[in-house]
Amino acid sequence: VSGTIRIAGALPRNARARVRLTDRIGDGVLYGLCMFASLLAVVAIGAIAFQVINGASPAISRFGLGFLVHTTWQPNFGIFGAGTFLYGTAVSSVGALVLAVPIGISIGLYLSMVAPHRVRGVIGPLVEMLAAIPSVILGFWGILILAPFLQRHLEPFLHSVLGFLPIFGTTPTTGTGLFIASLILTIMVVPIVASISRDLFLSVPQELRDGATALGATRWEVVRGVVLPTSASGVAAASFLGLGRALGEAIAVTQVVGAGNFIHASLFQTGDTLASRIANQFQGATTTLHTASLFYLGVILLVIGLLANISAQVIARRFDVSTIASR
Amino acid sequence: MSDLPDRPADVVDLPEEADPMSALATELPDASGPLTPSGHLRRRQLISRGTETSQTAAALLAVGVLGIVVYSVVQRGASALSLDFLTKDIPPSGTPGGGIAPAIIGTAIIVALATAIAMPIGILVALYLTEFAARSVGRVVRLALDLLNGLPTVVVGLFVFELLVVGHHQSGFAGSFALAIIMLPLIARATQEVLLLVPPSLREAADALGVSHWRTVRGVVLPTARGGILTATVLAVARAAGETAPLIFVSSIFANTVSVNPFGSQAMPNIPVYIFNVSEAADPYGFARAWGAALVLLTVILLASVGARTLNRRYSMMLR
Repeated sequence: VSGTIRIAGALPRNARARVRLTDRIGDGVLYGLCMFASLLAVVAIGAIAFQVINGASPAISRFGLGFLVHTTWQPNFGIFGAGTFLYGTAVSSVGALVLAVPIGISIGLYLSMVAPHRVRGVIGPLVEMLAAIPSVILGFWGILILAPFLQRHLEPFLHSVLGFLPIFGTTPTTGTGLFIASLILTIMVVPIVASISRDLFLSVPQELRDGATALGATRWEVVRGVVLPTSASGVAAASFLGLGRALGEAIAVTQVVGAGNFIHASLFQTGDTLASRIANQFQGATTTLHTASLFYLGVILLVIGLLANISAQVIARRFDVSTIASR
Repeated sequence: MSDLPDRPADVVDLPEEADPMSALATELPDASGPLTPSGHLRRRQLISRGTETSQTAAALLAVGVLGIVVYSVVQRGASALSLDFLTKDIPPSGTPGGGIAPAIIGTAIIVALATAIAMPIGILVALYLTEFAARSVGRVVRLALDLLNGLPTVVVGLFVFELLVVGHHQSGFAGSFALAIIMLPLIARATQEVLLLVPPSLREAADALGVSHWRTVRGVVLPTARGGILTATVLAVARAAGETAPLIFVSSIFANTVSVNPFGSQAMPNIPVYIFNVSEAADPYGFARAWGAALVLLTVILLASVGARTLNRRYSMMLR
């Protein structure tokens, strides 16, 4: 603690008056600055929504809400619809969550209940490091290393074993597509779910766990009967935060998804998501309507992203999940 | 756990298939028997052990993926790395050699400027939340921060494009502005956490001495929280340095030479967009350079984030 505090009472009278004046000014200025900064943060949300809607207005007035269901995207003919990308976003995000939520919860359980303390101190930070890898590097790795591997090994295997399911129904071609996009998103979402759920599990009162153990419950029964029910809403909120991340990821998905224009039942075929279509075509958009349509995709993304986040807030009101997440 | 070896084991070990209720009714095991799990209990313990194994496997899977990604980047990037690589201009695509100096310098400048914008605002917001805000107002500001934090970064890019680039031109400053929006909620939230950890006794001591509010903040609160604020900022920098989505709208069409003026009329080269552009083109020499660039970026980011996290943990433990 620095020693720059001056005590008003210890000064001569005229200096005391001066200090009182600077104190009043200083207090006011500090309050004003803090107030202004917070106002900026609140205004930013509104400004972002306004500007994005503003940029989309030509497309909104041209296509209306039908934009959401039309699946044709032909810039050369000035026909645009978001259906394909809504489908791609839903499929890749849901696919990522289906894999990432159980894995993330398992890691959270491992780090909070199973692992010895020393191991926790190593594995925990490593899992958090996974979240620190920039998406562009993950996407670059995905397209050059993961895609060839999937194309040669995992996808033919899934096709031969589970080929009767439409989602694995076509023979794999290039390795790019919604399947690899889901996998890359899984890698991004797992650390989010894992670190939040670990903190939630650790915050379950020790007495509750001890009580269950004293009644003869095994470790898994303590988890299933006490830990998971106590933290269920927090884990749900963590999943929604992960969903928000998966929905909005543009770069890594663009690199691996193959920029397809059509809806396919099979995950092995190309598709596109809202965010990745914006990232992919923005630089090449020549007509106003094309740019505006990309902004319209941005509006949809903004709405879905905000909904996912607000859901997380509402569910997690009891737990302060968001502070854990932003740490 | 007394172990009585002279008792036959089958007194307690119920057959696996036996219905536990009927077993209880007919042949209740002797209470003084050895306490080895059997029947139902053994199954419960097996399930418990099985789930623990799968949890361990999940953790190892995550660490394994991290290892594979880092290994790939190091293995492929290391061969590109050299002094020339760090100091030379980016050559045109299709040619070997050259370097990524403009991208390194550009990323450094863009991120530094973004930090200069986001850090003071973030600290002020955190101060407002901990020192001044009424409960209801505080809730609104916190909600705004959380929404900003959860905003898809591509939307932030669209916003800054519409605000600063339309009718003007791409620039390093526009990139910094976009990154600052992404950093602000991270810095503000983490700083708020640290400020809450400042012991109330320090504040009360200052109050008791009649010290004015702003002097308490300047002389007691901020210095005590300095370490935490610093690590929060470093973490935000690590996050922003790899952010690509906003930059492809506002600082992507750049020359391949060093540019140091973020306010100029030219976009600034930067590492993430360079890697992204290369990955969309099929150029083996470009790929080699991109691996090198990825190695440089990943090294900086991982070192910063690991270092900051370690310091942060030690620091919050100290305050607690």
